[in-house]
Amino acid sequence: MPPDGRLTVKFWGTRGSIPVAMTSAEVRRKLIAALTRASGRKLETPEQAAAFLDRELDFAGSRTFGGNSSCVEIVTDRRDYVLCDLGSGARVFGNEVLGTRDASGQRFHAFMSHPHWDHIMGFPFFMPAYQAGNHIKIYGCHADLEEAFRGQHAAPCFPVDFSRLSATIEFVRLEPDREYEIAGLRVRPKLQRHGGDSYGYRFQAGDKVVVYSTDAEHKQDDLTEIKAFAEFFRDADLVIFDSQYSLAEATSIKEDWGHSSNVVGLELCQMAHAKRLCLYHHEPVSDDERIAALLAETRRLEEITRTDRRVEILAAYDGMEIAL
Amino acid sequence: MDLRPKRYVDTVVLSPVGRIDHATSEDFKIALAPYMTRCAEGQDRVVLDFAGVEYISSVGLRVLMLASKQAKAQRGSLGIAALQPAVREIFDISRFTMVLDVFPSVREGLARLSPKALATFDAA
Repeated sequence: MPPDGRLTVKFWGTRGSIPVAMTSAEVRRKLIAALTRASGRKLETPEQAAAFLDRELDFAGSRTFGGNSSCVEIVTDRRDYVLCDLGSGARVFGNEVLGTRDASGQRFHAFMSHPHWDHIMGFPFFMPAYQAGNHIKIYGCHADLEEAFRGQHAAPCFPVDFSRLSATIEFVRLEPDREYEIAGLRVRPKLQRHGGDSYGYRFQAGDKVVVYSTDAEHKQDDLTEIKAFAEFFRDADLVIFDSQYSLAEATSIKEDWGHSSNVVGLELCQMAHAKRLCLYHHEPVSDDERIAALLAETRRLEEITRTDRRVEILAAYDGMEIAL
Repeated sequence: MDLRPKRYVDTVVLSPVGRIDHATSEDFKIALAPYMTRCAEGQDRVVLDFAGVEYISSVGLRVLMLASKQAKAQRGSLGIAALQPAVREIFDISRFTMVLDVFPSVREGLARLSPKALATFDAA
């Protein structure tokens, strides 16, 4: 765990709308490209191979952004676990917990953006929920949050009813624009524009600020709303931002579908003097090359529109860690 | 915002200048509105000469998107021409080049939208 006042953010699921997996053909295409590039090189040890991958291939050529749906962990100096959303990435996170700590006696705090399927679907596969002695608190602003969680466990959707989960599970209703102290963090939810509403969260520990803002559409001509989000992002060390669509899509055929773009994310971060923008909730149709191109384009846009302060641009991938 | 309109037969060329962002987009939208009202089948075609536009933000691009939607609904023709290199990059990154009719120059825009206007433009 990081020392007092520091935060680390771990991404367990970064894909929007629905989990995806690389196909056999995509894996083969990457291998063929990498092996062709390695032709004639001396790659006799795992270390030599790893060094080749790191030096000679770009991210999309040697790795993958991954395909689990939304789940982000905020690691504080406390023992409790803090999560944002419980998409399919929560399954991987839960297994990691079981592999590294006692199976029982753990405390989890999960802040839910909204109860759409891709944000809750990991919970039936979240193994700590099946272990007596664990305590799971699920926070959110939606009145029907508990109903959504119970519903996805009910027949005919799932074989194990919610009532059979052995952990102590509590649902805690939060109010937007109020500040709470939870698990060593100051937490403030904010209403966002999305079908059925969604909520972003601003987390602060010491002088470090992380904003989790996914499944949010922004109307650029609503200046009041734009200013409110710039204030919500104000001086953040990291803004995790829904950039599922291009700006053209978000203002045309996919208008009112509830998602945003890299362009709007950058503008808000520039207005807010945020230090880092992390592109998140990747479009499921996008392959690794497409997301890598989105990252490169957003970095270029930051360069040509920079005024006084630089915004560091990142693209989230499953397994990524950011120390603040 | 003065769009400095120039008419070439059935086509109006508008030339905004400067930055189109949160501070100016509403003025741009208001200035553009009467021309878009007439951007319809059997009426005017509109070319926006962007040679003088040094920056456009998402809110400015949204004005263009709404104008494009209006033109399509009225079966009119709207083109955007002569983007500065940085503005061209913003169009590319936001994918607006995929949904708007963008031309390298006003002349090429006129060539596509109205041969009659092009002839007048070349003669001017």
